[in-house]
Parts: sequence; C-alpha cells; structure tokens
Amino acid sequence: MSGVWMKKSCSPPAVGKPGREMKIGVLALQGDFEAHLKMLMRCEVEAIAVRQAAEITEIDGLIVPGGESTAIGKLADLFELTEPIRNRVQNGMPLFGTCAGLIWMAREIEGSDQPLLGLLDVTVARNAFGRQVDSFEADIPMPLLGDRPLRAVFIRAPYVLQAGEGVQVLARYEDKIVCVQEGNLLGAAFHPELTSDERLHRHFRRMVEDSKNESAPHHLAYNAR
Amino acid sequence: MSDYETQRATWRTKVGLAEMLKGGVIMDVVSPEQAAIAEEAGAVAVMALERVPADIRAQGGVARMADPAKIKEIMASVTIPVMAKARIGHFAEAQILESLGVDFIDESEVLTPADEQFHINKHAFKVPFVCGCRDLGEALRRCGEGAAMIRTKGEAGTGNVVEAVRHMRAVMDGIRRVQTAPEEELMAIAKELQAPYDFILDVHRSGKLPVPNFSAGGIATPSDAALMRQLGAEALFVGSGIFKSADPKERAAAIVKACTYFDRPDILAEISTGLGEPMLSLDVRRLDEKELLATRGW
Repeated sequence: MSGVWMKKSCSPPAVGKPGREMKIGVLALQGDFEAHLKMLMRCEVEAIAVRQAAEITEIDGLIVPGGESTAIGKLADLFELTEPIRNRVQNGMPLFGTCAGLIWMAREIEGSDQPLLGLLDVTVARNAFGRQVDSFEADIPMPLLGDRPLRAVFIRAPYVLQAGEGVQVLARYEDKIVCVQEGNLLGAAFHPELTSDERLHRHFRRMVEDSKNESAPHHLAYNAR
Repeated sequence: MSDYETQRATWRTKVGLAEMLKGGVIMDVVSPEQAAIAEEAGAVAVMALERVPADIRAQGGVARMADPAKIKEIMASVTIPVMAKARIGHFAEAQILESLGVDFIDESEVLTPADEQFHINKHAFKVPFVCGCRDLGEALRRCGEGAAMIRTKGEAGTGNVVEAVRHMRAVMDGIRRVQTAPEEELMAIAKELQAPYDFILDVHRSGKLPVPNFSAGGIATPSDAALMRQLGAEALFVGSGIFKSADPKERAAAIVKACTYFDRPDILAEISTGLGEPMLSLDVRRLDEKELLATRGW
C-alpha cells in the first residue's frame, strides 16, 4: 500500500483532447495532498505529488494543500523548493492554495515571521475563526462558480484581512474574505478538496489551460473544439 | 447575509483536522519551551503533557490528565494545534479538556484507565478524539464510539518500535482481509472482529480505515519514522523519543524530514547522520505483563 501514489502519477484515460496534455502538481510535503490528488483525478487532470525540485519543472500548475503552514513552509525551504516554485509562478505558472496553502502564498501573516512564498498581495490572519472546536462548514455564495453556493469546510481556518488592489475577492463568509484571485494566484481559506464539489478545482484547471495556451501559442490550434 | 447554514464541529471538520495532520509529526511536550522547539522543528501539533511516557513508566503511580495551567501555557506558546490526553473512559477529564479549547483529545492507554469496561462516547463532544488500537477490530470499535483519528498503541515510553510495527501490521492485514473477502462473509468477519458492520463494509469498499491511520508508541529514530510510514502510517506521534534524546532539536527536525521523505533512503541516510544518542530504550520482552500499557483498553 505504502508510497505507491508517490511513484505513479495518476493518469486518467485520455478523453479526446489531443495536444492538451496538462499536468498539475500537488505539493506533498505535509497535509491533505492526497485529497487534492483525488480531486484532480475527478477533474480528469493528470496529477503528480511534488516533493523535489526536479518535479517543479514538469508541471503546468501547482496546488499547495491544507496542513500546517509552518511545517510546509519550513520543509519547502529546507528542501529548496520555495525558490523554484517562486520562479515558475512569477513566470506565469498558476498556483492554488487552500488554507495552509493560502497562508504560505501570502505576502504577510499577521503577527508571524514564518517562512512564506510571499507572492499573493494579501495580509492573512491565521486561526482567525478560533481553535478546532470553532471549526465549521457553511454554504457560501461564489458568483464565479454559478448560482449554487459552495459548501465550504473551515478548519482552524485563516481569512484575508487586507487585499491589495489587484486582488479579486471571489467569496466572503459573513464579512470575511475567504477566497481570492490575483492573476495566476488562487487562494481559499477553506477546503474544497474535502467535499465532492469540483467547481473550484475545475476553475483552477481552466486557469492552467489558459496559461498553457498563452505561453505556447502553437497549442492554440487545438483549442477549436 | 442571513442563510449560510453554518454547522460547527461536524464529523467532516473533525476528520478534516486529522487529514490536515497527515504526513506530519505530533510531538509530546511538557513545557512551553519544548513546544516552541517542536514547532520550530516543523511539528504539525504538540501533545501537552505533565510527564512523557518514559517518565510515567519510571515513576509509576496513577497517571492523569495534565494540570490545566500547563495545557493553557502550552496553548499560548504555539500556533500549531495542541492535543492533550484524557484517561480511558474518563469523560469528565475530556469535558475539562474541551472547555480549555484543546484541538484534539487523545483517549490514551498511556494514562491509567479510569474505566476498564467502557471508553468515552466521543460523539458527544465538539472536539475530535484520537484513540489507540492494536488491530482492526479495536480501531473500528473506537471509530464506532466517534474517534476521528486512529493510531497504533505501540508500547509507549520504551523507545522500541516493535509493538507499533506489530499493531500496524495487524491493522493493515485486517484491512487487506476485509477488502478481499466476498461481501457475504463480511457480517461473520464483523462478528469475529467485534467491529461495527457498517465500518467493515466501509473498509471493504475503500481499503482504508474510515478515519486517518497514524502510528505511535516507541518511535525513536528517523528510520523508525520511515518504517512506520512505509508500513502504512499516514502520520506519526513521537513521545519520549525526542525530548529524552541527547539532542532534541536535531532529532525533532530529523524525524520531521524522515516523515516526509520516508521512501528516500538517500535522504534518510543524510538526516540520520550524527544525531547523537537516542532515548534510553527498553526490551519489551523483559517488561512484566503488568507494565505493558498497550493492553489497557479493549
């Protein structure tokens, strides 16, 4: 049983889109990365677990999962993954972070100097809804994904205290900002990977598709469906 | 702004926190200083204790829930989740721990059991619980009572991984057996394992425990960590193994790295180098039957 998922990438059967190969990585240092890998398979995307710098060159988009942001940040620094990820993302690779992932992407964390990727122009408050006994789930409206609200699971969750000008607010819970996008950066304070609702992952998949089409114009020919 | 249908402390948020701890190391600590060292080393959570298992073993007497002052002090000193232990069956200790706001309760055989017949009804709490097990039946009984995370019992405070290995192999063998059995045999298996039928059915379909499956009890080195991860543990508890060793800081960081790169012997070789003495360890076969902690609970 052990470690098998690490060695094999999860390739779904090809579904009639020649030339549109796309690979999304999930940072697998710590946290619920398996839940994201499963979600990507359901979205018919080839997904790989990323633990080494070499794997960062193979992927077209990266998800940073939920977990403990201090542990993920430290491991990413220790194993020299932060800089290669920062380079790729600054050159347009889409990045999606949930909970700890959002924290790690942020420019600033309120009252903390923990290691960060620091690219998303937001200030985040950690454990902002309280401790575990205050963890909750709720339906939150997200017009980007349609009329049906999204079931959002918040676990010792952060929220966005302040968002820069270029940051689009995708969802709020009560008055708190809980989902944002800034260009190729997507961040959620909750865990869509723990539900069966694929819509936010499918939105990220479209971001990755678009970035591939932009960066490799010869692929545009395949775009006519 | 009215109808968000907010639900607190659902099964999904309880198991969800266990999901977030996967691939990580939960460390026993007895002071804010140790908690800070654990967090700095990359621990995903700490277990706030009065004494680590090795000392409980050495000192004897009744081991109880830690003093709330100690737990609060540790909670104030780190941003990662803080767990605490309650005695088996001692739901009043668990109620106190919940009111303190700890993030997880370990209903633990390391403390002296308060009830030799019944475990805590964990469904009655907002805070999630982790429980120890020695095989699949015990794991699923605890799930039936509401545990949101299962760990092997191992033999705590020995620095000897042999019992954790035995228990993890028993759980994984049980899972493989249930998974491959034809469906008509599952009720008889449920009867034999004394496990709830619905969970047996769940294991049959998923090939996994219904909740995250962690390991504890005797892990002392990075290679122990790698061994348990390869045997199927999704994360690790390290008790006495860190702060009873010669260089806790280095050992804590090394075990964290080993937990992530458990299938990379090249990296494990590097992080195992020059770590200094591990904790003072015990041969489990020389322990008297009465000294075994794993036999507490059913």
